[in-house]
Amino acid sequence: MATKTYAGVNIEVNDEGYMTDSSQWTKEVANEIAKEEGIELTDKHFEVIEYIRNKVAAGESLTIRGINKSGVVNAKIFYQLFPGAPLKKATKISGVPKPVSCI
Amino acid sequence: MENDEKYKLKKVLIICSKGTLEDVYAALVMGNGAVMEGIETKMFFTFFGLDAITKKYMNKLHTSTVGNPSMRMPGGLAFPTMLGGLPGVEAGVTSMMKKEMEKLDMPPVDEFLELIEAGGGEIFACKLAADMFKLKKEDFHETVKDIITVGDLYALCDGPGTQIIFT
Repeated sequence: MATKTYAGVNIEVNDEGYMTDSSQWTKEVANEIAKEEGIELTDKHFEVIEYIRNKVAAGESLTIRGINKSGVVNAKIFYQLFPGAPLKKATKISGVPKPVSCI
Repeated sequence: MENDEKYKLKKVLIICSKGTLEDVYAALVMGNGAVMEGIETKMFFTFFGLDAITKKYMNKLHTSTVGNPSMRMPGGLAFPTMLGGLPGVEAGVTSMMKKEMEKLDMPPVDEFLELIEAGGGEIFACKLAADMFKLKKEDFHETVKDIITVGDLYALCDGPGTQIIFT
């Protein structure tokens, strides 16, 4: 287990940089993780992050299909907001575990 | 000369040549998975695989209940081939498979293609097979970018870190 300093706070992360304690998450922390991923967060990003954090807190699995149907963003915008590997990046920034689903 | 440098996978071309439910989904899951990993993705549908992108058939794909030794009854008992040939059995088994897939949030074929397209994946139909089955651009789903030849297909595979997957 490693710790990283984001926004002046020591945050526990795993080998891949995912936060292991979701309760340590704040918007400031999210902004700094996003910067490492080359993303500048906007209000729209935070809407998606809120959706992801709520889903995970409810114990539901995250899929691209679910995001597409979330009513927050469609898949196309989601890919634009988190370019590259969207679900991996979005979960990392949201302070939740990396999704294990294949879809 | 040894070269230990690892090349990151940058582009995949997934070829789907079969039209059974499981073959098509194998291709779609791999395609969508690649898009989600940020890998440039091209999908090429040929022969019976064209069913997966043909509007009329794409959401009515079946799994084959004959000649499939891995087909089992619920509970794991062997599924007799003779039984698989009876009318309605294939439809029944397919509907069970679809229900299980729905539980895992696997989308229907058209929606899956739309998700792949949304992430920048490109979908192509094989010209030779389209000619053979007398299919035109308007018969295909709107996510199908073009009908291309095998030469066009190889032209899409340029660059280091490209892999072709045939299903």
